[in-house]
Amino acid sequence: MSTTTLLLTMAACGAVTFLIRLSFIAFGHHLPDDPRLGIVLRYVPSAILGALIAPEIFAVGGAADFSPDNPRLWAAFIALLTAWQTRNVLVTIATGMLALWALQAIRF
Amino acid sequence: MNDSSPIPPSPRAEFLGGIRAELPLLLGVVPFGMIFGVLGLAAGMPGWAVVLSSSLIFGGSSQVVFAQLWGAATPPAVTVATIGVVNLRHLLYSAAVADFLRGLPWRWKLLLAYLLTDEAFAAALPRFRDGPATPHRHIFLLGTGFTLWAGWQLSTLAGVMLGSTIPAGWSLDFSIALTFIALLVLAVHRRSDAGAALVAAAVVLPAMALPHKLGLLVAALAGIVAGLALRHFDGKRA
Repeated sequence: MSTTTLLLTMAACGAVTFLIRLSFIAFGHHLPDDPRLGIVLRYVPSAILGALIAPEIFAVGGAADFSPDNPRLWAAFIALLTAWQTRNVLVTIATGMLALWALQAIRF
Repeated sequence: MNDSSPIPPSPRAEFLGGIRAELPLLLGVVPFGMIFGVLGLAAGMPGWAVVLSSSLIFGGSSQVVFAQLWGAATPPAVTVATIGVVNLRHLLYSAAVADFLRGLPWRWKLLLAYLLTDEAFAAALPRFRDGPATPHRHIFLLGTGFTLWAGWQLSTLAGVMLGSTIPAGWSLDFSIALTFIALLVLAVHRRSDAGAALVAAAVVLPAMALPHKLGLLVAALAGIVAGLALRHFDGKRA
């Protein structure tokens, strides 16, 4: 895709994000004050993150790979345990990358 | 609550108070910004675009998603819709601070809305909720928001400079998945949250066959519905 497409797409993403942040600050008196909104929104982060993670582990480069030989599967599992124990984003990323490199080094 | 103070804090005092409240949070934000800079390059975005996204989009996890979708040649409309869903939670922040910003001029509302990120909101909310309702309290949010903004821009730039020196073949794109895993664990508090993530993950793999990369949105929607359906199994906690 072209540079113009990249710029315009990014600007549109920024505009959407800005309008979401502006919504109640600027137009609060026109928006519904419905507690059900909060109940639906609470599942957005978990759902979108689940949907983003799976292809990064099981479908690198487009083809699905569920085999136990997939090093990303095991590195992701180690990262999951690390995140669970430490609740620390940086420690999780560092541990996961080290695990992946170690697994790749063993295999090749 | 505390209205006993005879002189309300000056704009300068509010701004400095915001900076002080935000600084500890930068400890987590700056390394994340650097990682984003590195993985943005690894996802195939040009360096200038990675840096620019930090001011245009200005939302950490949504910028990671943007880089990933860009790398996968996703149609622009689907990318914009997906980023909108990722940042939808900011509706709640907007609603939470709206009462405290009522009556401000438009330029303040626009500026503070732009700066309303997870971390700026988290650091400013105690001041709004528990501090005195004085005329300059919105400047506290300017202090937290500006501090986070400056830290995010500089750390992204540093990450891009660092990333351009890292050779390809280090599988650094995997740090995208690792970031999401860490954020997911932090987002899951109840069984229904975990259910939403698992259903979305199960649906996205077959849904990747859908045209225009719509699988991500379909899977997220399935996960949200699953979470709502499962919330009756969460027990009695509020």
